Amino acid sequence: MTQSLDSVTLKVNKVECQRGYNQLFTDLSFEAKSGDIFRITGTNGSGKTSLLKILAGINSAEAGTVAIDSHSVGCENYQQSVLYLGHLSAISSELTATENLHFLTQINDSKNQYSLTQALIKVGLRGYEDEYCAKLSAGQKRRVILATLFLSNAKVWLLDEPFTALDPLGVEIVEGCIQQHCENGGICLFTTHQDSSLKNQKILSL
Amino acid sequence: MNIYVQTFKRDLKIAIRNPSSVMNPLLFFVISVSLFPLAISPEASTLSQIASGIIWVASMLSVLLSLNTLFHYDFENGVLEQMLVSHYSLPGLILAKTLSHWILTGIPIILLSPLLGTVLFLTPEGIEVLMLTLLLATPSLSLIGTIGASLIVGIKNSGMLLSLLVLPLYIPILIFASSAVSQAQFGMNINQPLLFLASILVFSLMVAPFVSSLALKISLE
Repeated sequence: MTQSLDSVTLKVNKVECQRGYNQLFTDLSFEAKSGDIFRITGTNGSGKTSLLKILAGINSAEAGTVAIDSHSVGCENYQQSVLYLGHLSAISSELTATENLHFLTQINDSKNQYSLTQALIKVGLRGYEDEYCAKLSAGQKRRVILATLFLSNAKVWLLDEPFTALDPLGVEIVEGCIQQHCENGGICLFTTHQDSSLKNQKILSL
Repeated sequence: MNIYVQTFKRDLKIAIRNPSSVMNPLLFFVISVSLFPLAISPEASTLSQIASGIIWVASMLSVLLSLNTLFHYDFENGVLEQMLVSHYSLPGLILAKTLSHWILTGIPIILLSPLLGTVLFLTPEGIEVLMLTLLLATPSLSLIGTIGASLIVGIKNSGMLLSLLVLPLYIPILIFASSAVSQAQFGMNINQPLLFLASILVFSLMVAPFVSSLALKISLE
């Protein structure tokens, strides 16, 4: 995370999203460059999660294109550059915190100077490394996932409500991590209903 | 380490720590087979004739029982989403999950079959061929099962739907496998049904992971 990332551009061009019979947004275009922090705002059901899922390649857009540099969504290079942390915890209660984090980082292909244990300590889970996740609280599970952020070398982070279930200290840790990532040339798009004290955040309202 | 090996190991680890989900289908297999002598007749001549059919039907149904959980937990906790977002090939990840599913259901069934064959007075040659057909065909059951399981992911109480989707595809396997065993008991040549089972295995190995990954993408949208 401390090493500088190559500059990167996320281009969203005339994207249209429909869920069921509801048109959530049409003609959504924006461009995010290295260092940008986008906060996606909107009322419940306005399509914040849908937008992030489209950017992550889970959902497909009705129309429009999404690309990082010249790679469009779905291709290997694109998927390698994104990290998506959704509403769901991506944590199995039968595995320990370290095992869960290990799998998450493996599947996101992240390696850097931090070890799994160091990342868990960073998010305040010292002593819980070998605890089964079934025994962790909601906030602690959230912290296990957010520890992926310290290990990720993806350029574009898509975080859906990263601050839910976190205490103020946890929010501060995650915000610090996002800030650092963007200072190093990454891009972060996130949604939240809480106040956030991130500097230079751009608002994208749906 | 390779992500596909990791996925495979992760599934095994979860199953070992939560053994009831693995044990249920196996218990069903053993119990349902061992009830037949009580219900039909303890007569050796009667039982040995229908033994292969009983064991094959029971193993098929127990694989069907185990399919419900194949993607269910990973869907609920969001691991499937992560697999979809990652740049690794989804068919490859599905194949790793299928392999662990086969090891957790197929192999125990193969290992239990000689015991249950003996209970049903199957001849030694019959037991040998029964194990051979199970070895050839249980991987196909798991592979074809992943297609059904990925279609119903996210639907509540979908057991009925799953059987409607998957059982018709299992029928050819059932026919060839049980006919191989009964033909072997009469000392006939069994190459033909075995070759059919092998070709079904090769075909499902080539097709199932890809079809299943397409189905998963649709289910997750």
